[in-house]
Amino acid sequence: MLKPFTSALLLQSGYNAALVAVGAALLGFAAGSGGAFMFLRKRALVSDAVAHATLPGVGIAFMVMVTLGADGRNLLGLLLGSALSAGIGLLAVEWITRRTRLAEDAAIGAVLSVFFGFGIVLLTIIQTMSRGKQAGLEGFLLGSTAGMVFEDALIIAVGGACTIAALVLLRRPMTLVAFDPEFAAASGVSVRTVDLAMMGLVLAVTVIGLKIVGLILIVAMLIIPSVTARFWTDRTERLLGIAGLVGGASGYAGAAISASAPDLPTGPIIVLVCFGLFIASLLLAPNRGVLASILRHRRFQVRVHRRQGLLALARGEPILDPLTLAVLRRAGLIRNDGVATEAGRAQSAKVLRDERRWEIVRQIHQNEAVSGRYDGLTPIEAVLTRDEIAEIDRRIGRPVPAEGAA
Amino acid sequence: MGAEFVQLSLTPLAIGILAAVACALPGNFLILRRQALIGDAISHVVLPGIVVAFLITGTISTWPMMLGAAGAAVVAVVLIEAIRRLGRIEPGAAMGVTFTSLFAAGVLLLEQSDTSSVHLDVEHALYGNLESLIWLSADGWGSLLDPQALADLPPELGRMAVVTLLIAVLTAVFWRPLKLSTFDEGFAKTLGIPTGALSLGLVVTAALAAVAAFDAVGSIIVIAMFICPPAAARLMTNRLEVQVAWSIAFAAVSAVLGYVFAGYGPLWFGGNDAVSAAGMIATVSGMILGSACLFAPHRSRVGVPPEPEQT
Repeated sequence: MLKPFTSALLLQSGYNAALVAVGAALLGFAAGSGGAFMFLRKRALVSDAVAHATLPGVGIAFMVMVTLGADGRNLLGLLLGSALSAGIGLLAVEWITRRTRLAEDAAIGAVLSVFFGFGIVLLTIIQTMSRGKQAGLEGFLLGSTAGMVFEDALIIAVGGACTIAALVLLRRPMTLVAFDPEFAAASGVSVRTVDLAMMGLVLAVTVIGLKIVGLILIVAMLIIPSVTARFWTDRTERLLGIAGLVGGASGYAGAAISASAPDLPTGPIIVLVCFGLFIASLLLAPNRGVLASILRHRRFQVRVHRRQGLLALARGEPILDPLTLAVLRRAGLIRNDGVATEAGRAQSAKVLRDERRWEIVRQIHQNEAVSGRYDGLTPIEAVLTRDEIAEIDRRIGRPVPAEGAA
Repeated sequence: MGAEFVQLSLTPLAIGILAAVACALPGNFLILRRQALIGDAISHVVLPGIVVAFLITGTISTWPMMLGAAGAAVVAVVLIEAIRRLGRIEPGAAMGVTFTSLFAAGVLLLEQSDTSSVHLDVEHALYGNLESLIWLSADGWGSLLDPQALADLPPELGRMAVVTLLIAVLTAVFWRPLKLSTFDEGFAKTLGIPTGALSLGLVVTAALAAVAAFDAVGSIIVIAMFICPPAAARLMTNRLEVQVAWSIAFAAVSAVLGYVFAGYGPLWFGGNDAVSAAGMIATVSGMILGSACLFAPHRSRVGVPPEPEQT
């Protein structure tokens, strides 16, 4: 398993496998960064409608080419047809959302199912045509890389490059529209045009991806990389880059894995590799990842328990909560039998005094931001200057030994 | 015409109508709650569910597969919710991540396992085989009263009828809370209606409809019937009762016309083979929705001028 995989990864397991791997990587990059804006605009599923709407175009293009006497399987012709019908589907979604009371999700679902159903009708017609038997148009449903030739890879490469170029050129207006459409409109950017351009990019990626991933799974390549990238950054430019890398890496690795063994269809493998990257990011990403937020929660919990424990020590109340005891013990503030150490007594006295100081602060600055920062955890030194604290201390009076302290 | 019609077309037509109605009923509420694409997601994840059920039991039998598909639908809903909450991702994208990945896993499992001996493939999952559900032992309308012939009805018909009836009863029983929580969730909550459970119940009902219909007619009709008839009905009226009635009518009309066009349409144009009935039914429902968008009395938003000025 490993040997064929590494040789496929290094582009050494045959011409076709290398072609597919490079094509899939390019496609993944274009799809990842192309889908990013749809994700930021919160319209990720529009690409689902676009992808399904390609099917009738493929069928019609095949029939037209056969009628004209050409080879019905010409990839460029099929892609042109699919782009045309996907464009019509896209405009239909836009038109339904704008002109009727139906919400966008209903429009997406309607276009998706109707175009796909019509495409299936066309496919069954083609199957009964004399030259349609060997058309292999079903390959467009789930992608088929078996018969890929150099021209196909070239089409994918050129299409991917054009998509990325358009993305780089249009990134400013698209960022603007994605984050604040009202402001964009007010500053003279035509939101509708930019939206259509965004979807045009998605359309281009979809059409290019038909051959490798197929129209049902290309949606995954448009959505998953940008969702994955979102875990790692808060900046649009980086999001585009990371999404592209995630898409490219999963395309390349997926193609290599699928070349390493029989019965591993390329499209699904690419999608699953991408999903694996997504799950890893969901769990491990700094800041937005699940692990990071568990750690953050844990740290917060420790702070709360430490402070409540110190307050209880200072007031001479018994501590019963096992977590509080463990936290204090680990910090060396109490001994194993629950009696406060020297450090524990000092810190609890300080905490109690801070609590008293906060009380005064909240009386003085009743309606000000300072009082709002009282959450029982923020140290008072983080909010007030030393002089202000000294002034408060003057009101409280000198420190007195807390009850329970020796 | 009579005998041949009963033998070849009556059962597919009936199954088509039942499947369409079963999907359109919950679809009404999904549309109003802006969850229309849940139907899309469910019909994709049904595939891995069925494949896993096949791998476990090793046979193509109905009930394990229904269970597997329903299980997969629940897994998908839970996953979508988990990704949405844990990753703080908008619901549409969470849905897109989940159903495409599960579908990919289903296709992979299908390719890996040895299903060549049985009739289970992706194409069948997508557009079913409505035309093949014929009633062989019928020899005319009289067979409807002949117990021996009735016993030979395709089992899909019985299952679909039971599921459709169940969904209709559920809709009727939960009508009031469902209506309230769909239009004003906050108000429904103050009345003590468990809106969360109701919402999950609606999704499970939709999954049930999807699974039953999927078994008979493939997933493409399922998505189309969840969305197109209720959406068209939404443009006809402002009353939920009337909307549901319209949607049932639209669903039935799509099923009948779609089946007829698929079976007889090519003959009119000089062809001699029928086209996919499932695809044709979806196409007809789309045409109905298209005409509703153009001509229906309540097609525009309330308070918006007929030609909205867009920036």
